Amino acid sequence: MLSVRNLTKTYRSAGEQVAVLRGVNLDIAAGERVALSGESGSGKSTLLHLIAGLDAADGGEIRLAYLSVADLSDAGRAELRRERLGLVFQQFNLIPSLNVEDNLVFQSRIAGRHDAAWHAELVDRLGLGALLKRYPEQLSGGQQQRVAIGRALAVKPLLLLADEPTGNLDEATADDVLALTRDLVTRTGCGFLMVTHSTRLAATLDRQVHLHAGLIA
Amino acid sequence: MSRVFWILAVLLSHWRRHPMQLATLLIGLIAATALWSGVQALNAQARSSYDRAAATFGGARTAMLVGRDDANFPQVLFVELRRAGWPVSPVLEGRIQIGGRSFRLLGIEPVTLPAEVGNAPTIARSGLQSFVTPPGEMLVAREVLADLDLPEGATPTASGGTLLPPLRVQPDLAPGVLVVDIGVAQRLLDVPDQVSRLLIGKTKGPRAALETVAGDKLRLVEPDAQSDLERLTDSFHLNLTAFGLLSFVVGLFIVNSAIGLAFEQRRPMLRTLRACGVSARLLNTVLVIELVALALIAGVAGLVCGYAIAASLLPDVAASLRGLYGAQIPGQLTLRSEWWIAGLAISVLGALAAAAASLLKAARLPVLVAAQPQAWQQAQHRWLIVQSAVALAVFAAAGVLLWYGDSLLSGFAVLAALLLAAALVLPAILERVLSLGQRGARRPLAVWFWADSRQQLSGLSLALMALLLALAVNVGVGTMVESFSRTFVGWLDGRLAADVYVSARDDAQAMAIKAWLRGRPEVAAILPGGRADAQFRGAPIEILGLPDHATYSEHWPLLESTANAWIRLRPGDAALISEQLSRRLKLGVGDRITVPAPGGNWPLEIVGIYADYGNPKGQITVNYAALTRRFPAIPTTRFGLRVATPEIPALLSALREQFGLDDRSLADQATMKAESKRIFNRTFAVTAALNTFTLGVAGVALLTSLLTLSNSRLPQLAPLWAIGITRRRLAAIELVKTLSVALITALLALPLGLLVAWCLIAVVNVKAFGWRLPFHVFPLQLLELLGVAMAASLLAALLPVMKLARMQPASLIKIFADER
Repeated sequence: MLSVRNLTKTYRSAGEQVAVLRGVNLDIAAGERVALSGESGSGKSTLLHLIAGLDAADGGEIRLAYLSVADLSDAGRAELRRERLGLVFQQFNLIPSLNVEDNLVFQSRIAGRHDAAWHAELVDRLGLGALLKRYPEQLSGGQQQRVAIGRALAVKPLLLLADEPTGNLDEATADDVLALTRDLVTRTGCGFLMVTHSTRLAATLDRQVHLHAGLIA
Repeated sequence: MSRVFWILAVLLSHWRRHPMQLATLLIGLIAATALWSGVQALNAQARSSYDRAAATFGGARTAMLVGRDDANFPQVLFVELRRAGWPVSPVLEGRIQIGGRSFRLLGIEPVTLPAEVGNAPTIARSGLQSFVTPPGEMLVAREVLADLDLPEGATPTASGGTLLPPLRVQPDLAPGVLVVDIGVAQRLLDVPDQVSRLLIGKTKGPRAALETVAGDKLRLVEPDAQSDLERLTDSFHLNLTAFGLLSFVVGLFIVNSAIGLAFEQRRPMLRTLRACGVSARLLNTVLVIELVALALIAGVAGLVCGYAIAASLLPDVAASLRGLYGAQIPGQLTLRSEWWIAGLAISVLGALAAAAASLLKAARLPVLVAAQPQAWQQAQHRWLIVQSAVALAVFAAAGVLLWYGDSLLSGFAVLAALLLAAALVLPAILERVLSLGQRGARRPLAVWFWADSRQQLSGLSLALMALLLALAVNVGVGTMVESFSRTFVGWLDGRLAADVYVSARDDAQAMAIKAWLRGRPEVAAILPGGRADAQFRGAPIEILGLPDHATYSEHWPLLESTANAWIRLRPGDAALISEQLSRRLKLGVGDRITVPAPGGNWPLEIVGIYADYGNPKGQITVNYAALTRRFPAIPTTRFGLRVATPEIPALLSALREQFGLDDRSLADQATMKAESKRIFNRTFAVTAALNTFTLGVAGVALLTSLLTLSNSRLPQLAPLWAIGITRRRLAAIELVKTLSVALITALLALPLGLLVAWCLIAVVNVKAFGWRLPFHVFPLQLLELLGVAMAASLLAALLPVMKLARMQPASLIKIFADER
């Protein structure tokens, strides 16, 4: 479903070229759950951003369900994120002026793929029923991350990308959030790529890949 | 479509959570639209009145033949031209007094009147027979009936006692105009067989050359799209438009600050939207849709407010136009659909202009946040250098315009360039002053005070620019009006040289009063005066007759004159003219003019020029005896008296008792001066009102900037609170900080305002009104304005500061806990 080949990305920092990715290859099958780990600055988040079309690669190829991300325009990449991807960030990135319910349905609504039954199931499984009218600022970190996961899965994406989704949470909450995510990913059958520093959490997924010096080790 | 709807709903949710910010945005847009469209409504109202006046029987809109020296000419020329194939129609124009009011009398010849001339079809419809058959008819606008307090069909009496034809309403006519058959006009004006001009119809056909029929007695005047009144009042409307534009710009500063803050607060939301699959193009389209929708809502509200402003200012504007130019403006506001459409368009365009920078930032917004912290100081420094360079260029442009420009428009352009350059250079000056303060500070809190003020500058600079502009314009206009007022009062002292003014009921009573006065020892002199109205080079003028008496030569200052000018008036072949008539017609001392008079044209040599402030008409002053010889019908019922001041009350009482004179017929110098000052103040009432509006909008701009900044300032203030500075002390520091930058701005506005005043007095006024005033500085007035500015700044700063002083510790703690 996801195929990454010879992906390269170089940044300019303090006047010097820094090669972050130097020919990354990665495949994820439908329904597969993969943990991506690596030291700070190894390019984990960069790889995730390139797959999501948030940034452009210098070389190589990313194919998602036979679509070449590099060949897509800005509108095409936006459509890809809207309809085939789910994104979860460490900082939650909820919309502060929308309540929980509106945050949950937002992506599925703009994608034109809102499914009321699926929405109800998500609310129920994420335990958000009593929080629907609350605003993000009134929620704990764990609750906010559950809303972010719900928003990402509301469109039933092909692939869920999560960039350290438990980085801001305590251990128990992190376990709880990740268990829910695994559960829902299995329910939807989508692929799951999660960036994490935690080997304990990485071990709970189907496969672990390690990024070192710009290459998958 | 539903995608657009959902994105729009998300964007609008921000305003729902920040109603104060939405209110700020709407207030800015409403204020900008209201003041701009209000001024436009006033201008449109006045211009439609000028159109009516211009369209009245061959005003400037029709080609015509006039006398070589603009004087009346014999009617026989009309007959000869008709015979030679010229489709001409005669018009006689003059002034007539009814019930003490002066009206423009037009005599027309309806049979030959060209069909395309304004009002001609109306005459044809209303019945030619009754118009030309004795006693004829006098056509007037409905406003004239109201002025005369007479019903339609009434037959008024002219001041000379002549019975006039019955009045009939013609709605198309301009106010202040009376239209009669030319034969009737010749009789009323005592100019038998004379005409003022010949209107030329568009009928084509063989015609002899003008010179072969009329020799050099007549000249052709081509039609002009702009009437004299429009040309004269252009300056006034330009002035109003400038004020409207200034208020509009100041209002947009508020909008810009509100939108700028909303963008900063929505930046994470916009990134999330992009991450969730909204393309940059779609996001920007929806941002524009949102802005246009808000601008339309604010535009409608602004137009309603604009209508209210225009309706409330119309009486003052009408009074100003009547006072300054003698233009008649109806008191009822009528608005066309174009006004509504233009108002909405200006609201939308203004909102887009104010939001341009934010929209551009949104269009270029990267989805991923840059890792490095924002280098605000470097960015601000670079921006200040660019802004200062642009300011210098604009200052240079103002200098060039001042040196080479020679029109009213260039005068206003100098003003605009000065204000723009000053506004642009303001942040750089403030930054310099604050950095000097920081360099001199020793204690840590003081160092932070100056450094934080500098950082706050970029957020406040637009509001401070608005304050600078509003204050400078207030100082400029205030100084100009005060200079005018002082000059006017000094000038009145010279002009109202007599101590008592008497206006008798008729000539018989006047003679009786004069005879009685000659027996009173306290009366040092009786000074007869006379006034005639005439039409001179297409505009009404007053001819003032003054007796040959030392009172005038000693008190009445002349701006320019020949030697013994007052003595040269005695024979009746010389005249003094007013400054505005001299500037308008480019007449100087030594020039010769010909004034149409009942007995024939009156040639006069100009021997002096005098100031005649506030008079809408041009004025010519001649010897009183000569005036009564040339205009024998003028009433001789008015005269002045020289009386020792202590004797005045007793003399007034005696006159009242002896001749039954009331306050309208008898006035002392002090009363006359008070009345003149009242009229003067009314003339500038609209300027004062717009001045106040502009300063008010600037105050709101400062308030909204401070309110919008107050939330984003918490991350700067919370650490200070955490290390032990109380909320109350922090609030006091914030207040001092705001007042400090406002004070520096206000102090800079004072010299700028004086420069504006100089421009208004030396450049704009001369072009606009035709007179030049001496320039005065009024320190007390400046101090007062400084006080008003500081009070407005204090009021604007108080609300955010009180909010900070009362802020719950939990809100400050949140700053440290907030992950975003």
